[in-house]
Amino acid sequence: MDAQKSLKTKIEVRNLNFYYGKYHALRSINLSIPEKRVTAFIGPSGCGKSTLLRTMNCMYSLYPNQKAVGEILLDDENIIDGKRDLNSLRAKIGMVFQKPTPFPMSIYDNISFGVKLHEKLNRGDMDDRVEWALKKAALWEEVKDKLRQSGDSLSGGQQQRLCIARGIAVKPEVILLDEPASALDPISTARIEELITELKEDYTIVIVTHNMQQAARVSDFTAYLYLGELIEFGETTSIFTTPKQKATEDYITGRFG
Amino acid sequence: MTKLQTESREKFQAFLDVAFRLTTKFFAFAVLAMLVGIIVELFIGALPSIKAFGWGFFTSTEWDPVNVKFGAIVQVYGTLATSFIALLIGIPVSFGIALYLTELSPPWLKRPLGVAIELLAGIPSIIYGMWGLFVFAPHLSDDFQPWLIDHIGPIPGIGMLFQGAPMGIGILTAGIILGIMIIPFIASVMRDVFEIVPPTLKESAYAVGCTTWEVVWNVVLPYTKIGVVGGIMLGLGRALGETMAVTFVIGNAQKLSTSLLDPGSSIASTLANEFNEAVGAVYTSALIELGLIMFVITFIVLALSKVLLFQLGKQEGEKT
Repeated sequence: MDAQKSLKTKIEVRNLNFYYGKYHALRSINLSIPEKRVTAFIGPSGCGKSTLLRTMNCMYSLYPNQKAVGEILLDDENIIDGKRDLNSLRAKIGMVFQKPTPFPMSIYDNISFGVKLHEKLNRGDMDDRVEWALKKAALWEEVKDKLRQSGDSLSGGQQQRLCIARGIAVKPEVILLDEPASALDPISTARIEELITELKEDYTIVIVTHNMQQAARVSDFTAYLYLGELIEFGETTSIFTTPKQKATEDYITGRFG
Repeated sequence: MTKLQTESREKFQAFLDVAFRLTTKFFAFAVLAMLVGIIVELFIGALPSIKAFGWGFFTSTEWDPVNVKFGAIVQVYGTLATSFIALLIGIPVSFGIALYLTELSPPWLKRPLGVAIELLAGIPSIIYGMWGLFVFAPHLSDDFQPWLIDHIGPIPGIGMLFQGAPMGIGILTAGIILGIMIIPFIASVMRDVFEIVPPTLKESAYAVGCTTWEVVWNVVLPYTKIGVVGGIMLGLGRALGETMAVTFVIGNAQKLSTSLLDPGSSIASTLANEFNEAVGAVYTSALIELGLIMFVITFIVLALSKVLLFQLGKQEGEKT
């Protein structure tokens, strides 16, 4: 945990509890997510890893029966006390989902759409921004001649990179990835993983994955969750080589989960 | 089971398959046959009138059974104007209802409101007509129409739509009643298609920082455009053909006026009023030609909606 202390904390979760109606899905989670590193959440299905991710941009607040209690500090400011303006918060925290979700518009508009919500750019600046985001997401070369085509016309892996580009275009500080490669083929998955490694230079990345090799490959820190509790959190290398908890070891070695 | 039995069983199943396919095919083609039959019947019925008046039928405002002179422009205008007003009122209100029901309403309110809308759709049109004539029209003539005449009437251009006496009945009243009638249809279709939008698509839009309005306007609506236009067409179809309610409140005057406050008549109201009393081949035939025109209007509207969808699809970029 020493390396972790020397890093600046981007998101600090303090004593977080989460409820789906009466169901208690997260129990007293405490966790510091370091800036410009990749943090992975692993654990068996239903352990609460996606739930935890979705608290970080307040996505749960769309649903009236979901409730978070506790504190999530983004740069030392609590984001779940209901005082924060969610639209500007979400501009700071991009999110990519399990299945690609291109908007029903052209490739260009998919990228510019989010930017237009927060910034007034002239035509040339917007073109530059779209190109920049697509280059960042390693998609530019494949789509530069067909920006006016529908986002649906791309392959699954391309669509997912389009979604990542769309998130980056808004210039967020944090990117949340909810099993971003689980619906993709191995080649597309490899590209996404490469991309994650490149993106951590500029962004704080949190990734949920049920693929442990993926967590080991891309992340600097790993959190293991089980039944709504944070069992262990630390540097990925130590979690995977010398886990402190028996439960973590069992899960990682495949004896369970 | 012996081999023979198995074989005969298989044969029987193959026979059932063919029989089933033919039966469904017959049903499907029966619809087509009915459509063609109606068009042919209408055309044959309208022939005497077409021969007598030719294209003049579309330019004349005259509707004179005594001298057997007929023109359809008043009815066509009445039908189109009332339906247009109905859409002007119906589309935004329905959109608001569907938006509230799918995105904003607390869960316990969704069901009762949804049921209320479906019940409204089930009210017979004659009830709307009576309500329009006895309850709504007096209000209009006492309060709303005098205000329109005083405040919007003097404005050049748009003012010419609001001239004359506040009678309560007329094109505007019929349009408003039609608007109220088609709201439940459009709203329930819109609600149904809004509900099928994948939650993650909406969440993605929220995740880049959209407000609810921006999500619905930029993502939900384009995603559901086919269903939404379909719902609007359903409402428009009802508005174009609605007979009883319109007959009650449109005023049934054979007069072309720029003012929406003046009484007029629609194709359906003319048919309802006059078909029983029509004497002579040409008079009956003129009424049938009105029916044919309504058919053609519906067809054109449907075609335009397809063109609209095609254009909207183009904006989203080509699909390869």
